[in-house]
Amino acid sequence: MNSFPIVVIGAGPAGLSAAIEAAKAGAKVLVIDENLKPGGQLFKQIHKFFGSRVHKAGVRGMDIGRQLLEETKNLGIEVWLDTEVCGIDQTKNIWAIRNKDTSVNIRAEKVIVASGATENAVRFPGWTLPGVMGAGAAQTMINTNHVLPGKKILMVGSGNVGVIVSYQLLQAGAEVVGIIEAAPQLGGYGVHTAKVRRAGVPFYTAHTIKRAMGDHCVAGAEIVGLDAGWNPIPGTEKVLKIDTICLATGLTPLTELAWIAGCEFTYIPELGGHVPIHDLHMESTVKGIYIAGDISGVEEASTAMEEGRLAGISAAADLGCYTAEEKRKRTLEIWDHLNALRCGQFGQKRRDAKDRILAVGKEMISWAVHV
Amino acid sequence: MNDEILCRCEEITEGQIREAIRQGATTVNEIKRWTRSGMGLCQGRTCRRLMERILSEEMGIPLKEITPATFRQPVRPIRMGIFSEIEDRDE
Repeated sequence: MNSFPIVVIGAGPAGLSAAIEAAKAGAKVLVIDENLKPGGQLFKQIHKFFGSRVHKAGVRGMDIGRQLLEETKNLGIEVWLDTEVCGIDQTKNIWAIRNKDTSVNIRAEKVIVASGATENAVRFPGWTLPGVMGAGAAQTMINTNHVLPGKKILMVGSGNVGVIVSYQLLQAGAEVVGIIEAAPQLGGYGVHTAKVRRAGVPFYTAHTIKRAMGDHCVAGAEIVGLDAGWNPIPGTEKVLKIDTICLATGLTPLTELAWIAGCEFTYIPELGGHVPIHDLHMESTVKGIYIAGDISGVEEASTAMEEGRLAGISAAADLGCYTAEEKRKRTLEIWDHLNALRCGQFGQKRRDAKDRILAVGKEMISWAVHV
Repeated sequence: MNDEILCRCEEITEGQIREAIRQGATTVNEIKRWTRSGMGLCQGRTCRRLMERILSEEMGIPLKEITPATFRQPVRPIRMGIFSEIEDRDE
């Protein structure tokens, strides 16, 4: 039986940030990740981040990933890669499979679940044809594996994932034939959207995909305009000659482990559906189990890192590694950062949604000390 | 659309899922047991949300009132042989 005071599940921005804060205070931390490399999605984020300098604005995601790995190494944090967590119970026994073939049990005093999110599918005739894929998958192909998924792309969804991946597909040498958006207005940050528009990519707002065409793989797509009630308008169909359809239609938090650990959930559509209830310290309704990053509601790497820090500090403080005063001071600082990230046209909506989780958490988590 | 595959792992169509609901399935768990949709290799990662949406459409209830499917260990596909190699899990 392996035993660690703190086990972090997921070595993405949230998990690594949590591990770093806990280890800084002297806590012994194990980080587990199913992938062969740590960093989560950071190493495919070749674009610069937004926000203020404290949020690493202007720094590329992949460079933030390198900084986090450097810190993880310097602090001597143990990282198990190629390790899939298959189970966890309320007493914080974790069951994992290492290198696809060895079963291990790990006893933890505190668990931080930073398992991330998965891409949403949408269904339309032909959606299972080869050539239809998640936009995030296409991004992994071009930026991590250096493989172009296709030559002529249709992007479904104009949110940040849609426009950022479109731009990176252009950089990788593909043609983006169009970006369709079901809503009447575009969904991404102006900076990313404008870059794609300047490159000449057409946007189709109030449009959806009617079908993917092709016998054995995608050879085209039929799109159609939508009225104010989201119904297709007959006669507005248009056929685009493309070979790849990328779906940037949102993400769903990866919550399986939190469910089987017995965490209580609430439904917040703006954040991706069912999310575990948590308090200001990212502690769930199961004492000693924390969540951070996309599992607690789909946002961005910058907010994921701040949530990870909250969880890491709280878990370490509960083990006596930070004083109550240190915990309080750092927690308030981080909330200032989070509130600064969750403002403006896009951020305010996320902040309101997050406040709803915290409000439920306040009622359900009796031991929570409110700062 | 009805013969379009919805659960790719188990090759279950949208029509089969709608039929299960019309025959009386009222939850994602019931659709799973009835059709095997969501019980394949990916354990519903792709089709679970799509099943919830169809259930919401067919039953006329909002998505937030759809109870998600139950998750169980192991949450990842693993080799069956691993079970035979596990010794003294409670040591």
